[in-house]
Order: sequence, then C-alpha cells, then structure tokens
Amino acid sequence: MTTAPEAPGTDQVGSPRLRKEDARLITGQTNWTDNIQQTGMLHVAFLRSPHAHARITSVDTSAARQQPGVVAAFSGADFAGEQGSLPCAWPVTEDMALPEHPPMAVDEVRYVGEAVACVVARDSYAAADALEAIDIEYEPLPAVVDMEAALAEGSPLVHEGSGQGQGSNKAFVWPFTAGDVDSAFEGADVVLTRRYHQQRLIPAAMEPRSVVCRPDGDAFTLWSATQIPHILRLMLAMTTGIPEHKIRVIAPDVGGGFGSKLQVTAEEVLALLLARRLRKPVKWTETRTEGFQTTHHGRDQIQDVSIAADADGRIRGLKVDLLADMGAYMMLVTPGVPVLGAFMFPGIYKMDAYSFSCTGVFTTKMPTDAYRGAGRPEATYAIERIVTELADEIGMDPVELRRRNWITHEEFPHTGVAGLTYDSGNYEAATDRAMELFGYDDLRAEQRRRRESGDPVQLGIGVSTYTEMCGLAPSRVLGQLSYGAGGWENASVRMLPTGKVEVVTGSSAHGQGHVTAWSQIVADKLGVPFEDVEVLHGDTRVSPKGMDTYGSRSLVVGGTAVVEACDRVLEKARKLAAHMMEADEDDLEFTDGRFTVRGTQSPATSVQEVALAAFAAHDLPEGAEASLDADATFDPENFSFPHGTHLCAVEVDTETGEVRLRAYTAVDDVGTVVNPLIVDGQVHGGLAQGIAQALYEEAVHDADGNLVTSTLADYLVPTAADLPDFTTDRTVTPSTTNPLGAKGVGEAGTIASTPAVVGAIVDALRPFGVQDLRMPCTPQRVWRAIADAREAARSEGGQR
Amino acid sequence: MIPAQFDYVRPGDVAEAVRVLADSDEPKVMAGGQSLTPLLRFRLAYPDVVVDLSGLTELRGVTDDGEWLRIGAMTTHDEVMNNPMVAAHCALLSLATRTVADPAVRHRGTIGGSLAHADPAGDLPAVALALDAEFLVSGEDGERTVPASEFFLDYLTTALDVGDVLTAVRFPKMGGWGFHYEKFSQAAQAWAVVGVAAAVRRDDGTVTEARVGLTNMGSTPVRASEVEAACRGVPARLETLREAAQSADAGTDPPNDLSAQADYRRHLARVLTGRALAKAAGI
Ligand SMILES: Cc1cc2nc3c(=O)[nH]c(=O)nc-3n(C[C@H](O)[C@H](O)[C@H](O)COP(=O)(O)OP(=O)(O)OC[C@H]3O[C@@H](n4cnc5c(N)ncnc54)[C@H](O)[C@@H]3O)c2cc1C
Repeated sequence: MTTAPEAPGTDQVGSPRLRKEDARLITGQTNWTDNIQQTGMLHVAFLRSPHAHARITSVDTSAARQQPGVVAAFSGADFAGEQGSLPCAWPVTEDMALPEHPPMAVDEVRYVGEAVACVVARDSYAAADALEAIDIEYEPLPAVVDMEAALAEGSPLVHEGSGQGQGSNKAFVWPFTAGDVDSAFEGADVVLTRRYHQQRLIPAAMEPRSVVCRPDGDAFTLWSATQIPHILRLMLAMTTGIPEHKIRVIAPDVGGGFGSKLQVTAEEVLALLLARRLRKPVKWTETRTEGFQTTHHGRDQIQDVSIAADADGRIRGLKVDLLADMGAYMMLVTPGVPVLGAFMFPGIYKMDAYSFSCTGVFTTKMPTDAYRGAGRPEATYAIERIVTELADEIGMDPVELRRRNWITHEEFPHTGVAGLTYDSGNYEAATDRAMELFGYDDLRAEQRRRRESGDPVQLGIGVSTYTEMCGLAPSRVLGQLSYGAGGWENASVRMLPTGKVEVVTGSSAHGQGHVTAWSQIVADKLGVPFEDVEVLHGDTRVSPKGMDTYGSRSLVVGGTAVVEACDRVLEKARKLAAHMMEADEDDLEFTDGRFTVRGTQSPATSVQEVALAAFAAHDLPEGAEASLDADATFDPENFSFPHGTHLCAVEVDTETGEVRLRAYTAVDDVGTVVNPLIVDGQVHGGLAQGIAQALYEEAVHDADGNLVTSTLADYLVPTAADLPDFTTDRTVTPSTTNPLGAKGVGEAGTIASTPAVVGAIVDALRPFGVQDLRMPCTPQRVWRAIADAREAARSEGGQR
Repeated sequence: MIPAQFDYVRPGDVAEAVRVLADSDEPKVMAGGQSLTPLLRFRLAYPDVVVDLSGLTELRGVTDDGEWLRIGAMTTHDEVMNNPMVAAHCALLSLATRTVADPAVRHRGTIGGSLAHADPAGDLPAVALALDAEFLVSGEDGERTVPASEFFLDYLTTALDVGDVLTAVRFPKMGGWGFHYEKFSQAAQAWAVVGVAAAVRRDDGTVTEARVGLTNMGSTPVRASEVEAACRGVPARLETLREAAQSADAGTDPPNDLSAQADYRRHLARVLTGRALAKAAGI
C-alpha cells in the first residue's frame, strides 16, 4: 500500500498523492459518453462495407425504414451535399495526395468497415436489426493490401488518379538529409543494413468510441469520447460549415485513447449532421469489433536502415528509408506520424551524417494515425536494434558501444545531426543505475553458462537507451513542418471568494490524472490545500481555449500554462496584499500561502483573505480589478527530451519457442516528477503496451483486405498476468525548456520497451545465428527462427 | 452487445427445461453464457428461445457416487477447481480447470457448458476423454448415459440433441494415479494453442498405464492412443517418456490458424506430451 502524506499546501509537487479521480472512477460514478441520456434520443447504427475495395452500384434503404422502431435510414448519397471530407491537418508536402474522404462512402469503398449507410431508430437493437434490411450492391475492385505490391508497376490503384504524379499509390515522399552521408558510408569500416517491420497495431482503448449530439436551437452540443474536444470543434465547423460558435464539444469521462481518440471521425461528423437533419438527439457507440475495424490503427512501416561505423564502434552515419502505410485515406495526422519520427532515428548518438526518406503508401485498409509514441517508437526501435547489431558485428558489449557514441552529460545542450537541440540529459547516470538494479554482469554470466551447457532454455539481454521528443510542440516548429495548428496551451486560475481555487485547463485528460497533478502544482504555487483545488477541463464552453492532450504534452505545456497563470494571480494578490498590509510590494514575502512583511513581526495576510478582499472590492488599490484570476497561454520554445535506460532479460524455451520475461528494469529520466505514483503508472502501462508490440499484438489482414484479428480473442492484448514485476527507478535531470523542469512521461515506456524485448530475444538466439525476428515474436515465430537457422547452418556445413 | 431478438425462459427444474426445449423451434440452452453470449453477439446464433439453466440448483455441485465422482453440469469452473473431492479423486480436472480463462469467466462458466460447447481448444474436453468420463443426459425420451468416447462428434458438435439437457458428468475415481495438464497458450489467459492432459500410474520405477488427451489437435479432443501404448511397461524416466511422446501427433489433424500452423502444433504436441507425462509420473 502506498500511503500519501497529508502535508497541507506545500511540497505537493513530488509527493505520491493518491489520484483525486480514482474513488469516483473505481466506484462506477462515471459519466462516459455512452451513459449520457437525452429526452427523445435516437440511436444510430452504421452499415459497413464487407469489401476492402468496391464500387457501390446501388443502395436502397426503403425496407429498413419500414422496420419496427426505425425513424430514418440514409445512404452516403443522402448526405453527399453536406458531409464534406474528413480533415487532414498535416499535409506533409505540397504535392501530397489528399483524396476526398466522405464520412459515409458515396461511390466507392476503400476499406472493410467503411460506413456506407445508417439507420436511426428508437433503440440500439432496432437500429442494429434494421441494418439487415438495407439493400446494397457492390462491384468488387481489387484489394491493395501489401505496401510493396502497392508501389509496384501495374498495381491496382486505391484512388484513381490521386497518387503522387498520378496513377500510383504513392501519397508523398518526404526526404531529409544532414551532413555528407556518402562520405560517412564510404570511409566506414563497418556498414550494416537491416530491414525492420513495424506491424500494424490496434490502439484498443478500454472505452469504445461513442458520440452523442443534441440540437439546441441553431446550436449543437456534442459529447464524444475524444482526446481533443477543442480541435474537434474547430474541425467539425470547418468540415460541415456549421459556425464554430454554434458548436459546443464536451469530452466527459474518457476511458483511454492512446492516440486513437486524437481524431475527427466519420461518426462524429454524421452524429452532428443527423442531429441537425432529424432535430433530435442521437447516439452512436461502437462495438469492440466495429472499433477494431474502424478506429484508426497505428504503426505499419517497413524500415530499411543502414548504419556506418569505424572499427572501434564510432558511428559515422545513418540512412533510413521508410515505407509508411497510410491506409485508404489521410486522416487527422496520418502522414505526420512517420515524419515526426524522422527526427528521432539518430536517438542519443552523435554522428556525422544522416539521411531519411519516407514514402507514404495508400492501401485498402483502415487509415493509420497517431498511436502512443506516434513515429518515435518506430524510430527508437530501429536505432536501438541496429546499434545492438553493430555491437555484435564488431564484438563489443552493446552498452559499451552506446557509451562510445552517446552525448555525454557535459555536452548538453547539444544539437544533434537531425537538427534538434537536446536541452538536458544524463545518459551515464541512468545507464549506471539501470545496470546496477538489473544485475547486468550476473545475468551475462548466467547467459554464458547456459550457452556453454547447451541449456534448452537460453537467456538473452536487451538494451534500450532511448530518448524521445515530448511536449509537443513549439508552434513555430509545427509551422515549419506544415502542421495546420500551433502547439501552445492555455490555462486560467481563479481564486473564489472563499479561497478555493478553480483551474481551467485546455489539456483534455482521459485517464492520465491531470486533475491530481494540476492540483499539486497549484497547491504549491498558491499555498492552498490540495483539496481546495478543482480542475475543470474537456468542455469547450468551460475551457474555451485549448489544444488538448497527446504527445506527452499536457504537463510540459499545459502544466506550464497553469504555473504561469498562478504567477499572474500571485502578482495581483501581492499588489492587493501590500495595499491591505500598508506595506511596499517589494517588502512582501510569500510562503505557504501567507504574505508577510520582510523583517517585521506584523501579522501575516493569507492568500484566502486577499481573495475575499478582491471579491468584496471595498478597498482596492488604484487600478486593481475586483477579481483574483488570471489566464495564461504557454508556447514552448523547444521540445523536451525524456530519456532512460531499459534492460530486459528473457528466457527462451528453444524447444517450444516460448519467451518468458525474466526481468525488466526501467530507469527513466522524465525531469521533475510532480507525482511519482502517476509517473509509475504511466511507465507500467507504457511498458505493457511496448511489450505488447514485441510479443503479442498484430492487426492481421487476409489477402482480400479483411481484418482477421477483429476480436480480443484474436488480437492479443496482454494483461497483468503476462507481465513480470517491473523494476523502475528514476534519475532527475530537469528540462530547461519549461519552468517546471518536466519532460513528459506518457509515451516513454512504450517507446523504450519494444526494442529492449526484441533485442533480448535476438540476443538469446544469437548462438543459433538468428539476427532478427518479426514482431510480434510469437512462440511459433521464435521456434521457426531457430529451426530455420539450424537448417541454414546444416546446409552451409554440407556445402563446405 | 446487440443480439437479434429472442425469448427468454428460466425453468425451475430439469423436466420443465426439457418440456420448454421440446416446445420450441430453435431453442438454445444457456449455462454460464460465456460461450453462448459471443455467438449471440456476433449473430452467429439466432435462437428463438434461450433456456437459462441457472435456476436448476439440482444441477450444481459435486457428489460422491461410489466408484464415480458426479459433477452437476451447472457447477462453475471456480467450484470445480476448489472442490476437495475433485482434488482428491480426479486432480487432473482441478489442474485443467485452473487454466481455463480468468477468474471472471471461471465464476460464470460451467463444466457442463464447456463440454456441451465442445470447442476443441477448450481445456476440459480432452480431460473428459482421457479419463473416460460419462455424460448424463435428459431429453424428451428420458435419460441416457453417453461415454466420452462417443460424446464429441465434430467441431462444436456433440451427441446432445437440440432438446437435450446435459445434467451431469461423472468421472471415475482414480486413486494412485499422477496427473498433469500442460497447457501452451500465447498469453496467460488465452485459449490453448495445444494442451495435453496426462494421467500416469506407476509401479515403482515402471509405468503401468498412461492416459493422454490432446486439446486443439483436431476438430474434437483426441486421445493419443499410440503414446498410451508406448508408455505401458517402460521405465519411468524422462528419456523414455519423451521417446514415447514422439507419436503424440499420430492420427491427429491439427488446425492451421492465426496462433499456429499445423506442423508447429504437431511439434508442440510431441514436446508437451513428453513434459506432461514426466510431470504426471512425478519426474
Ligand atoms: C474470455 C474467455 C476466455 C476463455 N478461455 C477459455 C480457456 O482458456 N479454456 C477453456 O476451456 N474455455 C475458455 N473459455 C470458455 C469458458 O470455459 C466457458 O465457460 C465455456 O466454454 C462455456 O461454459 P458456459 O457455462 O458459459 O456455457 P454457455 O456459454 O452458456 O453455453 C455454451 C454452449 O453449451 C450449451 N450448453 C451449456 N450448458 C448445457 C447443458 N447443461 N446442456 C446442454 N447444452 C448446454 C449451450 O447451449 C451453448 O451452445 C473462455 C471464455 C471466455 C469468455
């Protein structure tokens, strides 16, 4: 049991407060979108394409309209004039193909599950039943499932005439070069080339997507299980033409997103349009299988990576060539995800030259988009895997090779080859601590013993010394990258007459614990009890300005806005307190929520007394307002760069291919820690998700483009029962890019763990000649890799 | 969950259940609902009546029946795995039941439902087959007993007719045997890729008899008869049992699916059978 200290008002930051949110969430007193009821509310069900690619030749909804309980039924054509095209906010190149993406397909479907028609009925059962009465005919077109086949000459096209240079499935090419790559490779003693596959993943948030929309006169209130109420409102207005000030978006309790709810979905747009057309509140909630098919997917890249180094292990250069599967359409940040990763391939290493190229490819599958880490896990996987391969190639310990190449702690701030300036870090400290906790040398000794004795259970050790860019993002940089918006965040802090505090934040919590963390920050800043702070968020009417939650940005950017708003409140309070205390402002000291006059014994004035005086306004100083509140918008100058060292030991049963996680040590440096419990929670969940990519999860499509893993029985999301006890610790090197010194922790575990686990499996199997394994490393894949390597060794031996 | 429409009946005794089943066109019995609910949810089953057996307390619990242990069909997995009589006389069933799904499913799912559902990936059918269990069935024409060897007919298909209620399963008491259930799955709480149910009786250093049932090696649970024959009279040593296990996949027709190809399943069956026999023999 963790016990939380009850210090009032001060030293909240850094203490393991239990989360304010939890009692309510755990006891089911929640307000999920699907719990919302409205008078006269109707229920929507969507008919979805069973084809990955087909022309719609006819749709007849008349029989569905005759079904009991049905109020209306529509096809895509019925909304063709008003539904617009789902937005993409990140056209990464000027010539990027940006095909129309109608919320309900009108002429052609391009992935299994694409909405083609809908039924609106008095209850969700009647709506689902009536779908079967819709008469729709398709003329099947060839599916385009595989990225490389999609790029081959003569491949069927996903979009006729809208690929790069027309007539292809190539959506864009985004190149980047720094330094003289050719000479870095030409003069190198060692050049290694590897191909890594990032399988397609399904974010699988606990709470399914759900949306309710109610017409209020000429305005609309839309509740959605979304991470981005503010961006959603803007995009709904731009997509449908309904004026922005007539749309209120509320994200009530939201049960996880991992990027999948950082989206503007067909169902949200259609809920708005259906509410407008029918003048009734409507609700839609996805089933799990519907969610697997039609909530955006993640990853799905083929990475061709080459590294050049000297014989002593010094890295000279890196080349990365990516194919990134966009799926059938460009959704909110679909093309931006692999591009964001471009900056992270060099990782923590110094090198002379780097080149990157990403080709976006259309296929007839669900679009991909942001998924926990978004571009950075892919990059980290590639660099951490190939650096370990390099160590093996030159016969060096993988940690030693990293030491020779990483930025040393004296070298910060450091501008790396990809152009990012890493503000702070201490890779040595995190690595030393991780190796000590892990028992690195003992495990290596055990590994040697098992190898020598030919133990059927082999031991492997994986190393991941990751960094990532968090705190998305400086608006200026986003502009340079052609992103359609900024990266600032807004907060307001208001002291109420009774001394209680309301904090309004533009960050949109969906499970992270913002309410607790923000309360801790404000309690310390204003010297008020933790319990006296309320945090309001997730409603465009309550928190009108915001850029929402993704990319480990909330604390770093949104938290800083809270700090700045508190500073402004205190500035006001100081003026008023000086007036009340008949002292000079400069002579006032403020500690633990109390103003005192420096060098005197005169009685203190509490910030609560100041709040009441501001409200009463009976005696305000010249020019002061009758309020103690302030607003702040923070736009970061730079990203923040969490880093850490993760070490993983696996046991591989070479008879069955089973992989057992024997030990996992994570030492992360996320800068200042506001709440260690929350940070541990983020690390544990992140590790689980990264391990899931390494060992369990894969969205599999058949040759016709059907999603085969469409239930939780086939798409294996690991549970606590699959995971070891994690050993976690931290080093603290504060960020210098924000006043909190925080760096972000939402994605670190996911980014770091995947290469640590796969690296460990490959390490275990090195004696067999195995150099790589496709993820997820299922027992069958591991067993086959061993069998194939043995076979290869046998036939090589035979030839000799 | 949005199934198609159906009527719902919760009878008070077996006779009423049988009557309701006889009077309906396309009835479906519901026990714990853990396998039936997904079928309804995906609209793979369209029953006109769902007959919920949860009111039949007479079908719940374990009784000592002399040579046999009689387990009511509505006994939950959780009750089976914690029952001391099952542990004492038929430990293989306790061991295998412990590997079924997760605690939530085990508190609702029943032994009768698992066996009647007859999923070849389910853990209990192979146990029932290996131990020569018997199935007690009530139907329109009265009661009958079906031996395990005649119960599992095909994928999700058993000797039960639409109008039948499985009332109990009985297992022979097996004193002096050693047991092990070796389950290989891709995640801790997942279905078996392959499972091996093994029972071994030894006379000092010699194996006198062995029973082996295989999970997910065909469209029904499979008895590894060649292995059983190969074990008879061999020294109870790791190498000999591993050797005997080499024929574990003989006569099987394992599926190719997402979690494994047939050749890998055959390999697993051999390895896991060796391990299961060794553990059951106390090695
Ligand atoms: C997430 C999950 C994981 C699972 N993992 C496993 C696993 O690892 N191993 C495993 O073995 N099982 C697993 N199961 C299945 C579980 O064991 C179920 O409990 C079992 O398959 C069905 O039992 P039930 O009582 O719920 O039957 P129900 O779902 O109610 O019924 C199943 C079928 O049997 C019929 N039926 C039930 N009772 C009778 C009766 N008395 N007479 C006649 N017909 C009857 C029903 O008509 C239906 O066709 C899992 C289930 C879930 C949901």
